[in-house]
Amino acid sequence: MSETNLTQIWVYLSTSPLLGLTVTLIAYLVGSRLYQMSNGNPVVNPVAIAILLIIAYLFISATPFETYFEGAQFVHFLLGPATVAFAIPLYQQIAKLKAIWIPLLISVFIGVSVGALASVGISALLGASMETVLSLAPKSMTTPIAMGVSQQLGGLPSLTAVLVITTGIIGAVMGTRLFELMKIEDDSVKGIAMGLNAHGIGTARAFQVSSEMGAFSGLGMALMAFSGPILIPWLLSLFGLG
Amino acid sequence: MIFLNGIAVLLFYQLIGTVIVLFLDLKIPGPVLGMIFLFATLLLIRRIPESLSFTADHLLKHLSLLFVPAGVGVVTHLQRIGSEWFPIVTTLFVSTLVSMAVTAWVMQWMVRFMQKRVNHE
Repeated sequence: MSETNLTQIWVYLSTSPLLGLTVTLIAYLVGSRLYQMSNGNPVVNPVAIAILLIIAYLFISATPFETYFEGAQFVHFLLGPATVAFAIPLYQQIAKLKAIWIPLLISVFIGVSVGALASVGISALLGASMETVLSLAPKSMTTPIAMGVSQQLGGLPSLTAVLVITTGIIGAVMGTRLFELMKIEDDSVKGIAMGLNAHGIGTARAFQVSSEMGAFSGLGMALMAFSGPILIPWLLSLFGLG
Repeated sequence: MIFLNGIAVLLFYQLIGTVIVLFLDLKIPGPVLGMIFLFATLLLIRRIPESLSFTADHLLKHLSLLFVPAGVGVVTHLQRIGSEWFPIVTTLFVSTLVSMAVTAWVMQWMVRFMQKRVNHE
């Protein structure tokens, strides 16, 4: 095979969605394998590893993000049906939901308020620009929902996506240690706190601790997805934002 | 077929949710409304069709994969993050940990409070 042929193949591949999609799946599989090899050490987060590997690939191959995303959008699109699918674990927890709905409702209200107001307050105090402040407000919600809320508030949806994912990774990596320090042992309590604050990435981590923590984390995440888009714009409007 | 049936139902609810949000100019994202409708449907029919639980299980098992493309989008914001890294990083760490601790503490306190009340009755 001559060099011109190789160049032609590269030119073809670099403009087709095939490459971006394949790179995404392979990077994620490498991240998951490393996570398994570390015996589930939360610091070895598969999402963070996959993102870093793909960024390295984009820099080395000088591929623009837009070209990469033409392939990766097929994975990204599935966030929509995945959001709808949260109705199923929510329905499976209906018995427990009925038993603890009062503490749950209050925790959700407090979790949503503290998370959003702390984000807005801290970032504004430290001198972040208005667009950044508003992009940070919905950071505890799952990506597609947070992006929608960010748009409404006047933030930057694509920046919000990055902040949401970083929040999820921070929660997944540090959450279990935090609960240990706080001496919280009830898996349903840990799960709710994880899901409300670290959405799907935290939920993926919670499922590795126990299936009860995972189910409640999914519940917390779904409740956040339900109530966040209604509560957060309202809370910010009380402070004259959004 | 079973996977196709499940994904068709999920997409159908997402579509309905999106259309209603656009039509009524609502403030919530379409897939969230789709989730609310699907949850209401499950409450009505009182069971989860096999195709739906199969598809949801597989989709949610690999949920973290779905966040990767949006995360790579960090490369389009390097300039902003470079100039505002201090407020951004501090906010992410402090507000996530504070809010997680507060939520866990409130939830634990209330669950215990309710259990005590039940035991007294």
